[in-house]
Amino acid sequence: MGEFAYVAPTSVADAIDVLQEHARSGRRVQALAGGTDLLVQLRGVDKAPRTIVDVKKIEETNRLDIGSDEIYIGAAIPSALLNENAELKALLPGLVEAADLIGSSQIQGRATLGGNLCNASPAADTTPAMIANRGVCVIASGGGSREMPVEAFCTGVGVNALAADEFLLGLKFPRPPARTGDAYLRFIPRTEMDIAVAGCGVSLTLDDTGVCTAARVGIGAVAPTPLRVDAAAEALLGTGVGDAALAAAGVACTAASSPISDKRGTVQYRRKVVAVLCRRAGAIARGRALGAA
Amino acid sequence: MAEAVDYQVLGTRPVRPDGVDKVTGRAQFGADQNLPNMLHGKILRSPHAHARIKRVDLSKALAMDGVCAAVTGADFPTVASGVSIGEAGGDVMDIAHNVMARDKALYHGHAVAAVAATSLEIAEQALDAIDVEYEVLPPVLDVLQAMAPAAPLLDENCFTKNLPEKPDKPSNVASVMALSRGDVEAGFEQADLVVEGEYRIPMAHQGYIEPHACTATVNEEGKATVWCCTQGQFDFRTAIAKILDWKVGDMKVVPSEIGGGFGGKTVVYLEPVAVLLSQRAGRPVKMVMSREEVFRATGPTSGTVCRVKVGAKQNGRITAAKAWLAYESGAFPGAPVGPGAMSIFAPYDLENFLVEGHEVRVNKPKVAAYRAPGAPQSMHAMEVALDDLARQLNMDPLDLRMVNAADEGTQAPYGPKFPAIGFKACIEAAKKHPNYTAPLLEGAGRGVAAGFWFNVGMQSSAEVRLNEDGTVIVMEGNPDIGGSRASMSLMAAETLGVPYEQVKTYVGDTESTGFCNLTGGSRTTFATGMAVVRACEDIIAQCRSRAAATWGVDEEQVEWRDGQAVPAPGVNADVNPLSLADLAAGAPRTGGPILGRASLNAQGAGASFSVNFTDLKVDQETGAVEVLSFTAVQDAGKAIHPAYVEGQMQGGAAQGLGWALNEEYIYDADGVMENAGFLDYRVPVASDLPMIDTEIVEVRNPSHPYGVRGVGETPIVAPLAATANAVRDAIGIRINDLPLSPPRILAALGGE
Ligand SMILES: Cc1cc2nc3c(=O)[nH]c(=O)nc-3n(C[C@H](O)[C@H](O)[C@H](O)COP(=O)(O)OP(=O)(O)OC[C@H]3O[C@@H](n4cnc5c(N)ncnc54)[C@H](O)[C@@H]3O)c2cc1C
Repeated sequence: MGEFAYVAPTSVADAIDVLQEHARSGRRVQALAGGTDLLVQLRGVDKAPRTIVDVKKIEETNRLDIGSDEIYIGAAIPSALLNENAELKALLPGLVEAADLIGSSQIQGRATLGGNLCNASPAADTTPAMIANRGVCVIASGGGSREMPVEAFCTGVGVNALAADEFLLGLKFPRPPARTGDAYLRFIPRTEMDIAVAGCGVSLTLDDTGVCTAARVGIGAVAPTPLRVDAAAEALLGTGVGDAALAAAGVACTAASSPISDKRGTVQYRRKVVAVLCRRAGAIARGRALGAA
Repeated sequence: MAEAVDYQVLGTRPVRPDGVDKVTGRAQFGADQNLPNMLHGKILRSPHAHARIKRVDLSKALAMDGVCAAVTGADFPTVASGVSIGEAGGDVMDIAHNVMARDKALYHGHAVAAVAATSLEIAEQALDAIDVEYEVLPPVLDVLQAMAPAAPLLDENCFTKNLPEKPDKPSNVASVMALSRGDVEAGFEQADLVVEGEYRIPMAHQGYIEPHACTATVNEEGKATVWCCTQGQFDFRTAIAKILDWKVGDMKVVPSEIGGGFGGKTVVYLEPVAVLLSQRAGRPVKMVMSREEVFRATGPTSGTVCRVKVGAKQNGRITAAKAWLAYESGAFPGAPVGPGAMSIFAPYDLENFLVEGHEVRVNKPKVAAYRAPGAPQSMHAMEVALDDLARQLNMDPLDLRMVNAADEGTQAPYGPKFPAIGFKACIEAAKKHPNYTAPLLEGAGRGVAAGFWFNVGMQSSAEVRLNEDGTVIVMEGNPDIGGSRASMSLMAAETLGVPYEQVKTYVGDTESTGFCNLTGGSRTTFATGMAVVRACEDIIAQCRSRAAATWGVDEEQVEWRDGQAVPAPGVNADVNPLSLADLAAGAPRTGGPILGRASLNAQGAGASFSVNFTDLKVDQETGAVEVLSFTAVQDAGKAIHPAYVEGQMQGGAAQGLGWALNEEYIYDADGVMENAGFLDYRVPVASDLPMIDTEIVEVRNPSHPYGVRGVGETPIVAPLAATANAVRDAIGIRINDLPLSPPRILAALGGE
């Protein structure tokens, strides 16, 4: 049996070294961001010893840049900082709201978008919102770095696309053009401290006559991984995002979903509710896009 | 109604004596007791819901470094059936076999073996090294399935009790019972209309925040001390001694502060195991359950199927009522179907009724008491049926209850005639309440239900000690789970005529205070309060005699007024009054320390009735319920400390709403609970609830010196049906089963 070790590299290269060295020797290693998933797992489901690589001491994981074309959020930035950033909140309110749903204030002082994504839970709240906002993963790897759309990152329940010598540096989003609005809604049986039974993120851009010129829809907790639903986006494109278009987008979400029945909800329930969330999130996004005009 | 009595301190709301230590983290809870050389104990639990235990091999575990003791069921003495312990603990043999399985594991999580080791990690590794051979048997998980003749049998020696003739075949039905009066069928014939339904409620847990924990040490003289979180140190002492075949006198139980019990800490789980491990190892052993263990192996209350039929005249008078109740008792007998049957019709004055109850064993944890054990489930059925009846009669649901309400002199369905009771007063108060007269919000629904609990008296002792400066110590033996130390201090201060701050109440261990039955049945403020008042009267009698001796007059010539001995009117004595402080200071010269005592078996616990109503909204597209307001009206007899009475009412409403809306034990086909944690066993969080509004009604209980009725249990009874009736009102569809979770509501709405 191995031992627990903790390392906190201060550069990308050092972090990659640690990962590569473990990959070579076959020892277990795991990245740590806020630890709000990892520490819970270490105390419960999987207690086996391993090396913990803290990614929070690296410059690139701690940057939050809002550029003229692009927004970059480092993998160590906790939700609380997103919530306190007025500019980000104005640009991507739905994404920030998704991050604000995670746990409680205490949890949000630590929890990151990157951790939420890398943990690869089907029910991760920020992932559908990131998909809707065309998020791109910036991945540091032994061979340099690579990028990948958020919707391609989760490959199964608890499994992501990172190779043994890779970790997530941060997330990039195109700066939303004028008259763009986003929203994320989830359903939980309680009002807080719960896991999504279904979730839906929508981002919309309207032209100056109110016609939808761009749309993205992401859904969560209704399939093994969060999904991008192009059919839902297409149902909104070219419309004024009225009730009929929203209903059609909702139907597309239901059609794209492949949920399971478990202690949190039945197949029928999840399929039905994801459509409701799509309609409601779409209406909020539309309102925001109009407000932003 | 309440008599106008002027009290000095009763009815005020002082800070509780244990409050500061609790909010600053100084209070010692069950897991806080640590001793030098202490070992950590852990339980190996059955991975099967139903299995014969063929062999348990501890040798590999015992050979491990750091493992000091290991035990299985074979290490426990044989315990004969017959003695009943605890509020709803049941038969001592069943409790013993629940504490440690013998030849069969009867539910997933049933204790099969235990170890004590020098660290928790080693103890956990040692569990993995225990080799158990099981013969897996099919589990039976549903109460109706368990009653079927072909169902797998939990216990070949279980023959249904209370049948007219002893059955020749064993059954999962542990017992049956019936209560009746009049002629039910004739009553239904007189009815203008009849409503009926079948209502199912799954198992639910008490959800106390503090997991079970204890530390036990057995010394070289064979004396044991057990520190634990318990609702009753004396009842725990009896249980541990009986299960281990020890002398009660060799066992001391010290209660810690308690982080919630609600009935669930009236039964032993870890304590006998810790004592046995400590005895084997010769070192103290501490055992603490994880939350998962708490869900899998302690508590819950019965899952139930209740069928109710009620017939009434056009004017609302009930002509007949009939109920059929089946309660899961879990792995062993002990379901609260008796109290469920006795309470279902208790609020009403009925000429004709019949209740049949069945207590059924299933491969799930042994049920334990949960606030008003048995009543919430059966009364949910009745109160929902009454709501349907009120709708059909086009009557206000409160008026329907008033037409049938029990009152002083009504013969309770369970036998005695009620003395003064507060049910009608509660209905009147609810009807006048601003939340009831307020119009309903657009799209919302309102539901009404009544609640009831018998309350109990039982044995209590109290000792009141006068310190040399005149301050007062009250020693009693009931763990404080609802602010009872504050109530004891208030009653002592009132009786003695001194300020609240002059009295401090302590909860003693089994060797420092007289016997008290456990804190349960809403008995503490009533029964132990009565003992405290009597012990204070004992002090007063002694003070009068000391004053008489000091003044050279007869005892009858001394009165006790406002905390002082004074000469009776007309007594010609030129003396100054003697305060408690004066008498305490003079005690060395007048006969020594002043100590008051009382012990009693309290009779006449007054029943407490309630009326609850709630307004809520249902999201028609998701089935989610938003509770807009909740109003609890309840008879407290006399609210000694109104804030803690309100706290009981609010807490019961919160638990009842959780039970009604989301809480349930979810099992897979193999009998493994799927939601053994607070993430998926959904008790309400603060933001799920509105402020619970309360109104205390005070109809004096003639049996208590200050008119107290127990208030701890009634609050959880009415919320189930009040919520169900409000959902019915909001969506126009009756859903018979609980919980009213979003998927269940949406399915009823036809949204699949
Ligand atoms: C009380 C509580 C409530 C919660 N509520 C919610 C909720 O409402 N919604 C929700 O979606 N989640 C919730 N969570 C889960 C958790 O807080 C979130 O998933 C959070 O975003 C995880 O971020 P983290 O930085 O803490 O991740 P960590 O725990 O540090 O990591 C999570 C996983 O990702 C990996 N990882 C982290 N960073 C990197 C990286 N840079 N590169 C490679 N791998 C990495 C880790 O190895 C680990 O496997 C809750 C958790 C708790 C304890």
